[in-house]
Amino acid sequence: MSAVRVLVGTRKGAFVLTADGSRKRWDISGPHFAGWEIYHAKGSPADPNRLYASQSSGWFGQMIQRSNDGGKTWEPVGNEFKYDGVPGTHMWFDGTQHPWEFKRVWQLEPSLTDPETVYAGVEDAAIFRTVDGGKSWQELPGLREHGSGPRWQPGAGGMCLHTILLDPSDPGRMFVAISAAGAFRTDDGGVSWRPINRGLKSNFMPEPEAEVGHCVHRIAMHPSRPGVLFMQKHWDVMRSDDAGDSWHEVSGNLPTDFGFPIDVHAHEPETIYVVPIKSDSEHYPPEGKLRVYRSRTGGNEWEPLTNGLPQSNCYVNVLRNAMAVDSLDSCGVYFGTTGGQVYASADSGDTWAPIVRDLPAVLSVEVQTLP
Amino acid sequence: MIRVVLPYHLRTIASVSGEVELNVEGPVTQRSVLDALEARYPTLRGTIRDHTTHQRRAFLRFFACEDDLSHESPDALLPDAVASGTEPFLIVGAIAGG
Repeated sequence: MSAVRVLVGTRKGAFVLTADGSRKRWDISGPHFAGWEIYHAKGSPADPNRLYASQSSGWFGQMIQRSNDGGKTWEPVGNEFKYDGVPGTHMWFDGTQHPWEFKRVWQLEPSLTDPETVYAGVEDAAIFRTVDGGKSWQELPGLREHGSGPRWQPGAGGMCLHTILLDPSDPGRMFVAISAAGAFRTDDGGVSWRPINRGLKSNFMPEPEAEVGHCVHRIAMHPSRPGVLFMQKHWDVMRSDDAGDSWHEVSGNLPTDFGFPIDVHAHEPETIYVVPIKSDSEHYPPEGKLRVYRSRTGGNEWEPLTNGLPQSNCYVNVLRNAMAVDSLDSCGVYFGTTGGQVYASADSGDTWAPIVRDLPAVLSVEVQTLP
Repeated sequence: MIRVVLPYHLRTIASVSGEVELNVEGPVTQRSVLDALEARYPTLRGTIRDHTTHQRRAFLRFFACEDDLSHESPDALLPDAVASGTEPFLIVGAIAGG
């Protein structure tokens, strides 16, 4: 019987939640790396027992942990993320230029085909790659150096490269998203990059439709249609049908189009999920009601999903890396909150129940569907 | 033999309990002690000082013999009591954060 493994990163450690395919009874292990921030943990699609985790601390810096047994045991691997050459400067909050400084790894994206190869999205924004299972990391400097870097600036959470999408149909194509710079694409395996932000409009910017500077919170794709991208921006939910060359808004009837995560149903490429948040100054659900919104039309027409979610006095947030789907039938949808709850739906979002309620604030959620 | 006391989280990273004992060749300084520590426990590289610049991480301090040595030159000699193993070299995490 199939099973699912949910990897949860929190402010104070990692947790591994497992269940069989019915997804009714859950085993919870952890905290792993207790007391450390786990910005992200993810398994290799090529070897599901090979996991990677980003472990960081304001005191002790960055660690990368690797597991070869599905999260039962872990070993630290390489933690040196050295920018290529002299890293230069980006825009600071006051408009002056500020040196690039490594702070932490936000995203670990294992290769689709090789368990030893992993991409890392870091703060200050850059992309690194390991080809030796995390022992050593090398920057792909073409992103940071492609020319618009001096116009990138930190969002409130830092200048982070938080999303990496690998195109399953084209090994040379990747998409990344950076707060607050925007989305970028490579078609040559990470050697050269270009901004893909045409159609985005950010009213907080002096030039709202500038090539870069947009606070993109998350992008998502369905693996069967890698040219179709969905984006939750600081404000606005967006869609691209041409691999990011142009975007149009699909916020439609959402109660607010501010939010952080966005994800796509495993079997329905036009079914997408967001969690509307009241505003950029009030990071909690509107009216104290925790609602996932689902569109079955690729955007514009949205329905609230509330069954099993708190509909009063709920003031948690759902961060950008904290939503994921499994590939069972029916598709499971999962998200974690800053209040420490991890909610799961085994029926594509129709009904929800908490797997666990009282973890530290959840930073990331990833799901592995196991045979 | 040089004695080093690590903070809890670094003892976990290094998979040690209690004090660490190190052989240090030549003058006993912050640099030579940390070099020896990182050589014996490579997973500690980058957690106490920067990989490249070797600057102390901002929220860590170095103490010995009831003195704060954090701002001493990394090449200054540590107290004789540390060099002789009578007193430990303490790496302490700042009491900060939540």
